[in-house]
Amino acid sequence: MILSTPAQIRELLARVRTVAMVGASSNPLRPSYTVFSYLRTQTPYDVTPINPTLTGIDGIEAFPTIAAYAEQRGAPDVVDVFRKPSEVVGVVNDAIAAGAKAIWFQYGVINDEAIALADRAGLDVVVDRCMKVEHARFRGGLSMNGLNSGLITSRRR
Amino acid sequence: MQHEHKFGFATRAIHAGTPPDPATGSRAAPIYQTAAYVFGSTEQAAELFALRSYGHIYSRISNPTVAAFEERMASLEGGLGAIAFSSGLAAQLCTVLSLAQAGDHLVCAQNVYGGTVTQLSVTVKRMGIETTFVSAENPDEARAAIRPETKFVFVETIGNPSGVVADLQAFARVAHEAGVPLVVDNTFATPYLCRPIELGADIVLHSATKFINGHGTAIGGVLVESGKFPWTNGRFPLLDTPSLGYHGKVFTETFGEYAFLMRTRAEVSRDVGAAMSPMDAWLMLLGLETLELRMDRHVRNARAVVAFLRDRPEVAWVRAPQMGSVFTFGLRGGREAGQRFIDALELWSHLANIGDAKSLVIHPASTTHSQLSDEELRLAGVAPESIRLSVGLEDVDDLLWDLDTGLRAVVSS
Repeated sequence: MILSTPAQIRELLARVRTVAMVGASSNPLRPSYTVFSYLRTQTPYDVTPINPTLTGIDGIEAFPTIAAYAEQRGAPDVVDVFRKPSEVVGVVNDAIAAGAKAIWFQYGVINDEAIALADRAGLDVVVDRCMKVEHARFRGGLSMNGLNSGLITSRRR
Repeated sequence: MQHEHKFGFATRAIHAGTPPDPATGSRAAPIYQTAAYVFGSTEQAAELFALRSYGHIYSRISNPTVAAFEERMASLEGGLGAIAFSSGLAAQLCTVLSLAQAGDHLVCAQNVYGGTVTQLSVTVKRMGIETTFVSAENPDEARAAIRPETKFVFVETIGNPSGVVADLQAFARVAHEAGVPLVVDNTFATPYLCRPIELGADIVLHSATKFINGHGTAIGGVLVESGKFPWTNGRFPLLDTPSLGYHGKVFTETFGEYAFLMRTRAEVSRDVGAAMSPMDAWLMLLGLETLELRMDRHVRNARAVVAFLRDRPEVAWVRAPQMGSVFTFGLRGGREAGQRFIDALELWSHLANIGDAKSLVIHPASTTHSQLSDEELRLAGVAPESIRLSVGLEDVDDLLWDLDTGLRAVVSS
């Protein structure tokens, strides 16, 4: 199912435990490093880089493929994708084969074929959003920066 | 698909940005009167400074009370986020510095606040950024003025004090055709009467001192951005090439739609240092809670005052826009008659501000717009005899009684 409402995304983020990040970089200037570092240091998620050119990032072991990750660690809750749109159909096939429950396409990673493929396979799908931003929306991070979280509540959290 | 409830304007004016304080449960927004914030660890400090996590470092860059005001403004204007400043002119200068550098060019309506004209035509020009002033009534003039190095088109929703209402949709089309954003000063209208982002604007500015505060108790400004402008279109290297002010970070790559807001806060606001204070942000939050109620009454009182003046033989002309509660009029007998009128008033306050609960009066040519040349005054729509009224929330009979006294003083002398 394609998740588009804030409530759907909040619910997904609440049940995630493991994140396999395809295309995670060790270069601090790359967006994928920024998101990796945020998820590793600011959330309880168990986040793992998937990148055949790296042995690890910040002491976290990298796996060359989603299959290699799944073999050792089991099916990931979310595959978070930082790849060129033209290359992500293969990533979706790998995610389905590994038994991933959801796939998250980061900003600009838009490929209609890949989205449809994941949706048909029963995965929860998030498109053209940032996992860091959406996590921060519900944990107060956006609000700290004067960004419109869209949240209205009189309940204490 | 799950249904998402959409909260209305008045609800968001009271609640947006201010859930109960997570630390104490305080229902009123706490005033976080602090300069700095203790880090949880050295790793957390490094993550914050590298913009890889969210949190407060130093109140020149962000503060929880100020952030609450910013989020509420973003919600009311329908934007992605907001940044508050120590004044409206500071918000405007930081918008210029976010998008333009020496050699660049801006297009601005000529009927804007005198302080805006001077900021752009003197101070910003001195930095090597030139501005072409164009008619707010003819978007084609703006189209013709745009150059390859132009960075934005700027208009006021309602010109101060001319009352000209800009066709924001037409200006947005002109700006977007050229690949530049439309920046709108929405001070006179407030997001209750007009939401420029819904009409195509990309950045909305306010002097929050006016209707947002509503009671004349603090100076402040705010910038709201839509998050919809394509900053990667090749015209904005400050946003989509490695940042010299942030060790090579490319803001559009790292922050996507948040690129403009993140860079303006982390680099421009940080370096300019014109932050809003927590106490002032708290006054702005309090003011916003009654924005809708106040604007309805401001407008109702203003309509009664306009009708009253139009019926008076001492009044030569009244120029009132279709919306808002600030307008100008001229007396027969010109400038001298105007001075006698203002000096005879008892209830209306003679001062340089608008948008107060108290009714205000001023003679722009000798005050708010006094730095302008005669030609600039004419282009700005300010006649030598223009008197500007900002109609407040008092009993309208009392306002009319006082205006009657003023008008009688004009005739009797």
